Amino acid sequence: MLKIENLHVSVEGKEILTGIDLEINKGEVHAIMGPNGSGKSTLSYILAGREGYEITQGRVLFNGKDLFEMSVEKRAWAGVFLAFQYPVEVPGVSNIYFLKAALNGIRKFNGLSELDAMDFISSVKGKMKELDMDEKFLYRAVNEGFSGGEKKRNEVLQMSVLEPTLCVLDETDSGLDIDALQVVAEGINRLRSPERSFVLITHYQRLLDYIKPDFVHVLAHGKVVKSGGPELALELEEQGYAWVEDKLAS
Amino acid sequence: MSASNENLKDMIGQEYKDGFVTDIESESFPPGLNEDVIRALSAKKNEPEFLLKWRLEAYRHWLTMDHPEWSFVKFPKIDFQEISYYSAPKSMEDGPKSLDEVDPELISTYNKLGIPLEEQMRLAGVAVDAVFDSVSVATTFKDKLYEAGVIFCSFSEAVKEHPELIKQYLGTVVSQYDNFYAALNAAVFSDGSFVYIPKGVRCPMELSTYFRINAANTGQFERTLIIADEGSHVSYLEGCTAPMRDENQLHAAVVELVIMKDAEIKYSTVQNWYPGDENGVGGIYNFVTKRAECREENAKVSWTQVETGSAITWKYPSVVLKGDNSVGEFYSVALTNNYQQADTGTKMIHHGKNTSSTIISKGISAGHGQNTYRGLVKMGRKAENARNYTQCDSLLMGDQCGAHTFPYIETKNPSATIEHEASTSKISEDQLFYCMQRGISAEDAVSMIVNGFCKEVFKELPMEFAVEAQALLGISLEGSVG
Repeated sequence: MLKIENLHVSVEGKEILTGIDLEINKGEVHAIMGPNGSGKSTLSYILAGREGYEITQGRVLFNGKDLFEMSVEKRAWAGVFLAFQYPVEVPGVSNIYFLKAALNGIRKFNGLSELDAMDFISSVKGKMKELDMDEKFLYRAVNEGFSGGEKKRNEVLQMSVLEPTLCVLDETDSGLDIDALQVVAEGINRLRSPERSFVLITHYQRLLDYIKPDFVHVLAHGKVVKSGGPELALELEEQGYAWVEDKLAS
Repeated sequence: MSASNENLKDMIGQEYKDGFVTDIESESFPPGLNEDVIRALSAKKNEPEFLLKWRLEAYRHWLTMDHPEWSFVKFPKIDFQEISYYSAPKSMEDGPKSLDEVDPELISTYNKLGIPLEEQMRLAGVAVDAVFDSVSVATTFKDKLYEAGVIFCSFSEAVKEHPELIKQYLGTVVSQYDNFYAALNAAVFSDGSFVYIPKGVRCPMELSTYFRINAANTGQFERTLIIADEGSHVSYLEGCTAPMRDENQLHAAVVELVIMKDAEIKYSTVQNWYPGDENGVGGIYNFVTKRAECREENAKVSWTQVETGSAITWKYPSVVLKGDNSVGEFYSVALTNNYQQADTGTKMIHHGKNTSSTIISKGISAGHGQNTYRGLVKMGRKAENARNYTQCDSLLMGDQCGAHTFPYIETKNPSATIEHEASTSKISEDQLFYCMQRGISAEDAVSMIVNGFCKEVFKELPMEFAVEAQALLGISLEGSVG
């Protein structure tokens, strides 16, 4: 599904990612952990196609195609979804309108007809129920005045409506209390399928109590310094990131 | 800066879709302005003596006035002797009695603009007065409206058929001496629309006037007068387009609204005059005086405007709140792109007790556009418990444009309440990236964000106009993101 090869990325001349190699197969859940400034968010932005980054070396293949040849919206149409760490407010644009425009954009690309409005609304409402979201959110402006938890739920709602094949979640657990974290995690778990892969970017281990990853990678200084199974996350939690740094140093 | 600025540049420079010229034989006055021109114009229209006298008073006063220089717009000095003050299709000379007698070229012009004049083609709820250069070519549904007691006709016809109403109301809201361009208009106005809604009548359909400038080197000086008598109600729409030309053309209109006790006028404008090309060549100078007077208690007026066209827009639809408990509203979206300039806003003049006013202004600047909100809220000595709420938002696209706000507040009554909120924002890269990451194309994303920004104003427009306004914003901004 996703193959990252020797990826080097700079911002304004400063190298942030210093050679990442990662392979993610269909249906797998990979957690990427690391201290602040290790390049986690940069990696998520690079996958989604954000401007302002210079790719100096390496490549990323998505289903065998060069991801860097694809525009931001083409990646979305092809199934790449980024759940934002800080979801953006779009004043005056209702959530329902936004969701419908997004979904129809994707359907159009895939040669499908636009969804009937009634079908669309009932399907979205069902998904909102699962995420414990009030229907009134549909008619509020996108993320405007939402609390941190509401914004994150809204990201997961979008993800469940748009049904991407590669979900990149950038610190989705940050700013959530335990109850909200549980609801969001359940929402993500419901979306797990043999056809869908996840990249969970997180600072803390606690998200992984709810979403069991298949693999855990530790990022430091723009590089994967350690990979392993779920037990690696627990080890990290116990020892702290300094432990990785020490290991690197020794 | 980043690539999205490049994209914004591309989006600007969209072709103006109503820029065609109608090939029609016109009778125009030679350029120039003096008392003889005004006499000739008045004679051409068989006007009564009082109107000629009124025009000449205006003209003589105009000669003593200096061109106003206080606005935030720049343009070369206008030579008023180079403008022709009257141009009309030749076929209109004999005054066609019905649509069958109107030149098919004219009818097809309006069809092309999406304004069919045949009544059966129109949406049932809208009556249209079509003004072409200096004359009204047709007014639809006149008879049906007349049955309801509503007078809706061209200004010239009103002068002929209802001189007593003209004499009673003309210049009572905007006098013939009011300001430089209002005085010029009073001297040379050629046509426009006239509406009278009698006591207690709710106008059975939307009324609209569609202004079209066609002839070169002419100015359009029309005058609209709407009177809503006690307890009446009317919704009026106004649309405007012009051909693409390299020369600037002057459009100096005056609109007067009179609202009596318990009456209401809702006045909506979608202004799409030719804005000039991407280098700022050509386009209409839209210098307009619009004012409403809530003359008696509980009168209500609301101005809604969507200004996307014109090289320069310079106008302040205002409300004089004389009657106690009267209400004035102003909702505005002004878009400036390329080298367009807009200095627009409103004046809310409170005299009556418990009067209230609301101002919602949304300015969008793209390209090298300059957008200025200028507003005055004035609370008179007797305006006990008067209230105003003003909200003024600017949206910037790209880094070459400008947004400016000049709110003036004068209050002579300590019980008055005035609130003012203002914001300036940019379409951020974050917003664009977020929308695009969800599969919404850049162009759709910009249009979505801009429409979201304007939502509070669009919801005030009649449905049909709201759709047109949204489409117009889309076209005006198309290509700004790629």
